[in-house]
Amino acid sequence: MNTPSNRLAYKPLRHIKERIIEAGLFLAAFMSVATTFAIVAILVYESIPLFKVVSLWTFLTDTQWTPLFDDAHYGIMPLVAGTMVTTAVALAVAIPMGTIIAIYLSEFASHKVRESIKPVLELLGAVPTVVYGYFALIFVTPLLQKLMPELSGFNMLSAGLVMGIMIVPYVSSVSEDAMRAVPMHIREGSYAMGSTRFQTATRVVVPGAFSGIAAAYILGISRAVGETMIVAVAAGMQPNFTLNPLEPAATISSYIVQVALGDLPHGSIGYQTIFAAGLTLMLMTLVFNVIGYWLSRKFREVY
Amino acid sequence: MTEKETILKAEARDLSFYYGQAKALKNISLPLYDKKVTALIGPSGCGKSTFLRCFNRMHDLYPNNHYEGEIVLHPDNVNVLSDKVDPIEVRMRISMVFQKPNPFPKSIYENVAYGLRVRGINKKSILDEKVEEALTNAALWNEAKDRLQDLAFNLSGGQQQRLCIARALAIDPEIMLFDEPTSALDPIATASIEELMDELKSRFSILIVTHNMQQAARVSDYTAFLYLGELIEYNETKKIFTNPDRKETEDYITGRFG
Ligand SMILES: Nc1ncnc2c1ncn2[C@@H]1O[C@H](COP(=O)(O)OP(=O)(O)OP(=O)(O)O)[C@@H](O)[C@H]1O
Ligand SMILES: [Mg+2]
Repeated sequence: MNTPSNRLAYKPLRHIKERIIEAGLFLAAFMSVATTFAIVAILVYESIPLFKVVSLWTFLTDTQWTPLFDDAHYGIMPLVAGTMVTTAVALAVAIPMGTIIAIYLSEFASHKVRESIKPVLELLGAVPTVVYGYFALIFVTPLLQKLMPELSGFNMLSAGLVMGIMIVPYVSSVSEDAMRAVPMHIREGSYAMGSTRFQTATRVVVPGAFSGIAAAYILGISRAVGETMIVAVAAGMQPNFTLNPLEPAATISSYIVQVALGDLPHGSIGYQTIFAAGLTLMLMTLVFNVIGYWLSRKFREVY
Repeated sequence: MTEKETILKAEARDLSFYYGQAKALKNISLPLYDKKVTALIGPSGCGKSTFLRCFNRMHDLYPNNHYEGEIVLHPDNVNVLSDKVDPIEVRMRISMVFQKPNPFPKSIYENVAYGLRVRGINKKSILDEKVEEALTNAALWNEAKDRLQDLAFNLSGGQQQRLCIARALAIDPEIMLFDEPTSALDPIATASIEELMDELKSRFSILIVTHNMQQAARVSDYTAFLYLGELIEYNETKKIFTNPDRKETEDYITGRFG
């Protein structure tokens, strides 16, 4: 009974319910954090046998990666170089194209055009990457060979270009969201000063959306660094310490699938190398994400 | 202030405006005099902003809007609403200050220089001079001169609004439109902007929307009372506030509006 004297009394049931809900939510958040830590822990733990045989210094400075040969070398740099080159080629495609598409969709396209282009773009991101890989290998490479006859059948250029196409929708959709979040009254201010649409887009909207656009680029980089199938299929899988995109090479991720799918015995040094490679990949992605986080903090929009 | 001193700068002639099918302005005719302040008053939703935004063709930014009638700009004697007129050219001569301060995501300096850069003026000496002049005229120079490279968002609300005024001044407009420029500001910032307006009207013609009757009475030379998209009464401010011809106007001004 709620008599006037007890209507303000503490209601334990309400607070117990709150606690249970809170615990459930915490558990969900905790799971994803725990999984991340577990992955890192396993990578570190499984890499230890390798680093007992190979010093960290050798791992970082040796210019050959031949862990499966009799004359084994354990220098990660060829794989890092392959990853960097394919990523750079991909970004050279994805960043300009993605940004231009985002500007068009956000500032120029009519509602109708935007609504019909966006699903098609998103489809690009939904194509399985192995399909892109074969597209690069049996379509783009022969096309490039017509221009550059000396180009080898497996090469980083073709893989990088196709990877760039794959990443375009990631860059464009996140950039477009960021640009559309720039409030209309800021745009109106620019138009009222007598600027054209293009001036408004490039001088006001893009700077205003900078942190979101930076986040889009970082997302694109992370995608490119981790991409596996396209490079595994089209770039060849020979570790090759070169920065020349016309040559074949292996990337960190393509090396990992190559070994993981092979029949190396568990516990052999060759097998353990994939964990060290995985750890390297994870650290690289982490660095890009930290840069991205820092950029978007530094240039955060304040409206 | 006698009729002889006044020069016509622009006039709305039988102006109507439609948002889609909805007629938001109904056959408004109104003169705008050079070096005078004209105030637009009326209850919320009566079409003050809509009317103001016809002058720099802001409505062109959105689809399905259309104008009827004319806004004639003098001395050209050209209807700025005509299809043959480039809205960008109109906006280069008629600048606008919005209700909510809307600085660009740039430095203080670049905000003021924006209109000049858009016009292709990039010479540093000219920009420096114009930026200083505009900030001085907007009564912001003293506060801003040591932090011109700071992001404009770091200014206070009142300072941001003065920055927006400086930005609009830097392009030497012929007409300046103010849409409730002080509604987001405190009384001190408001007073400084009102003071400013008094100085600015010696240079061009001003059209200002305000909800504040005292403000209209203080800053304007002429006042127009709008109601439901119609111009109810237009006259010298003194006359409107002391002896309006229409009952509706009197009711609105005295706060007896139902
Ligand atoms: N974008 C728009 N689309 C459709 N109708 C609109 C639009 N903007 C305004 N209106 C309508 O036009 C009429 C006039 O609006 P307007 O914004 O000009 O009023 P106002 O006098 O400036 O009001 P306030 O004092 O509240 O700012 C209102 O009925 C409003 O609902
Ligand atoms: Mg309004």
